[in-house]
Amino acid sequence: MNILDSSTKTAVFICHCGTNIGGVIDISKIIENIKNIPSIAVAQDHRFLCSTDGIETMINSIKTSNADRVVVAACSFRTHEPLFQEALHRAGLNPYLLELVNIRELCSWVHENERDRATEKALKMIRAAIMKIQDNQPLKRIRLPVTPAALVIGGGIAGIRAALDIAEAGFTVYLVEKEPSIGGNMAKLDKTFPTLDCSICILGPLMNIVAHHPNIKLYTYSEVISINGRVGDFSVKILKKPRYVREDLCRGCLICIAKCPSKTVDEFNMGLSHRKAIYVPFPQAVPRIPVIDTASCLYFQKGICRACEKLCPANAIDFNQKEEVVEIKVGAIVVATGFEEYNISQVYEYSYGRYPNIVTGLQLERLASSYGPTEGRLIAPGLNREPRRIAIINCVGSRDERHLPYCCRVGCMASLKHSWYIKHLMPEAEVFIFADEVRASGKGFEEFYRRVRLIPGVYIVKSKASEVRGNPDGTLTIKAFDPAISSEIAITVDLVVLEAGIVASRGTESIKNLLKLGALNSGGFLIELHPKLNPVETAVDGVYICGAVSGPKDIPDTVAQASAAASKVISLLSRGYIETQPYSAIVDESRCSGCGVCSSVCEYSAIKIVKKKERSVAVVDEALCKGCGACVGSCPSRAIEIANLKLNQIDAMVAEILR
Amino acid sequence: MGLEPRVLAFTCTYCAYAAAEAAGVSKLQYPPHIYVIRLPCSGMFKSYYVFKALREGFDSILWSGCHPPYDCHFINGNYKARVKAELLKAYLKQLGFEDQRFRLEWISAGEPDKFARIAKEIVEEAIKTPKIIFLEHHEAVNK
Repeated sequence: MNILDSSTKTAVFICHCGTNIGGVIDISKIIENIKNIPSIAVAQDHRFLCSTDGIETMINSIKTSNADRVVVAACSFRTHEPLFQEALHRAGLNPYLLELVNIRELCSWVHENERDRATEKALKMIRAAIMKIQDNQPLKRIRLPVTPAALVIGGGIAGIRAALDIAEAGFTVYLVEKEPSIGGNMAKLDKTFPTLDCSICILGPLMNIVAHHPNIKLYTYSEVISINGRVGDFSVKILKKPRYVREDLCRGCLICIAKCPSKTVDEFNMGLSHRKAIYVPFPQAVPRIPVIDTASCLYFQKGICRACEKLCPANAIDFNQKEEVVEIKVGAIVVATGFEEYNISQVYEYSYGRYPNIVTGLQLERLASSYGPTEGRLIAPGLNREPRRIAIINCVGSRDERHLPYCCRVGCMASLKHSWYIKHLMPEAEVFIFADEVRASGKGFEEFYRRVRLIPGVYIVKSKASEVRGNPDGTLTIKAFDPAISSEIAITVDLVVLEAGIVASRGTESIKNLLKLGALNSGGFLIELHPKLNPVETAVDGVYICGAVSGPKDIPDTVAQASAAASKVISLLSRGYIETQPYSAIVDESRCSGCGVCSSVCEYSAIKIVKKKERSVAVVDEALCKGCGACVGSCPSRAIEIANLKLNQIDAMVAEILR
Repeated sequence: MGLEPRVLAFTCTYCAYAAAEAAGVSKLQYPPHIYVIRLPCSGMFKSYYVFKALREGFDSILWSGCHPPYDCHFINGNYKARVKAELLKAYLKQLGFEDQRFRLEWISAGEPDKFARIAKEIVEEAIKTPKIIFLEHHEAVNK
């Protein structure tokens, strides 16, 4: 493209972004340079182009210069592209005649100490965009309807809150939980910090509202196995695992559980006790319908027993139940799959898994809970007596380059809460907290820290414990360096509590893969669209995340995020339509030989080979095309291209950068 | 001012480009010789882009996308890119291009540090590698 005799008029705007760009890149030099390009109608800079003044200046300059395309050199398309597109619209131009050059994230911020070279690079980037935009075409978005229903994956406090908020707005919600009951990790907690509220007492009522809400369809003991479609129109398949108990007949009398002879390890109590082969995970479970665990049921393993079937007054036991696949349609999806404790047997110096009286924070919650394995009496496992001296070790696996580099955000407060539990249950006990620092930054946290610190018999050792070792009498010895006395110390205790680090729950990865979401390498947490401005949105339109699945969080933060995600869903569903991205494939029929390679690589069946005037050519269905460009890569004739990212536009950029 | 050598990075919107932007947000520093072109998906791979860029004067090319098997936002564009990129690698070798001229990398949105590291490596290698000299047709014939 020779732009010297071009008939187009391009307006160029360069943003200083305060000193973010202007502090590194010499913008006046760039303006001087590009003013000499004949097709440039106007070249301006602004301290903050995204400000009201910046936008108004932009609109005025476009109008007065009669520019017919616009290059903005500023920040990421993810932050301000909609804003600048709107400005073009207000100036009377098609919003797709905009080219946004990211000279901040891709230049000034990554070359802060090389001003001259950063300026040269930015100039080349902007010039390349000017060349590219000469061939941009005006594009149109298509409006498509939105299915007025939402899927919430994960029935912990995040999923419960999000589902309730969406349902209250009048939309159908499908809430899917892989466990037999909703409740998640919060149901395992005895109390919540810093108020010491009873956890199940505040969670239980919400669980019951979910169970009876007319707009919520609850799928427990179920998993999402496939998700297809797009924002506004997702098709989801849910696999309902067989409970072997008919939900329509069971009245929740639980006689079956009382009569079941087979026992196995209780997952809900974190392996600290046993449950029956037919069970509800905990007394407040929603729904209150038992599940038969085939791995430990005598009927499924040996073909005998059937006690539950014989004794059930409602004839609800059905050994022939099969798994069932339910297909639903939703317009939006909330992922709230939560967290689990890091596998701390890998933190070998603390000997977790080698001695029964070393427990994790969540295990202590179960020991302290009135519906836990000891019904609220604190008994040291293995010793089978009340512990007199207890050690709590913080940051186990967290803030540790060998394991998880990040802070778990709840361990410090949990350790204080656990000290309080112990002193509350056994006022004579001594508690030693090993924490190299105590982070108490939340609302009411510092006050709670002071309260616990002042309890006689609670000692906070400001140091990381170096090891935990077992003694022949079943007690445990902890070694640490105490900076207060500049000396190594060894403390012998009856019970050790390890405040374990937090990672995304096991189920998160498969959901991530189904939805093509981004995730962090350490911890597996899902990535938000923008960490500050879009904390509950993801790179996939119509998919939102909330709670600990996007990073460690306490309950208030989780609930706040859940409501935020719900409000995003509600605004999408109540608007009722979406506008598609317009970057679809376009066929140059004069070049197309109708070979059909593009059609065979298209994963969305958007390309058909059609006979037109004696010869075959490819035809693209814009409603189906996602604009991925696989067809462009496959076409041997250069006949198919992506709108506004054509081959000659890429060539023009390449040539201009090298000029 | 000397932005030699020159490296061109083709990135997919959802993973590699997101990583490049995240590197910026975190102010991870790398040499300015690398230019980034954003494509919707690495599956848009076409040997033409690589040949053209090398022929026009770029010293090295990076093609980057989402990690196999599941990360690709467009189902399997990364596999489409991989098949063709491996063929291209073999062909470039036959033509006499050094291995480091073309690199295929998977960089997830959560790996800004990987993007910065690769950008640094690829520029450093390009500095060490002599410039490509293309012979005109008659020169090649007479040689």
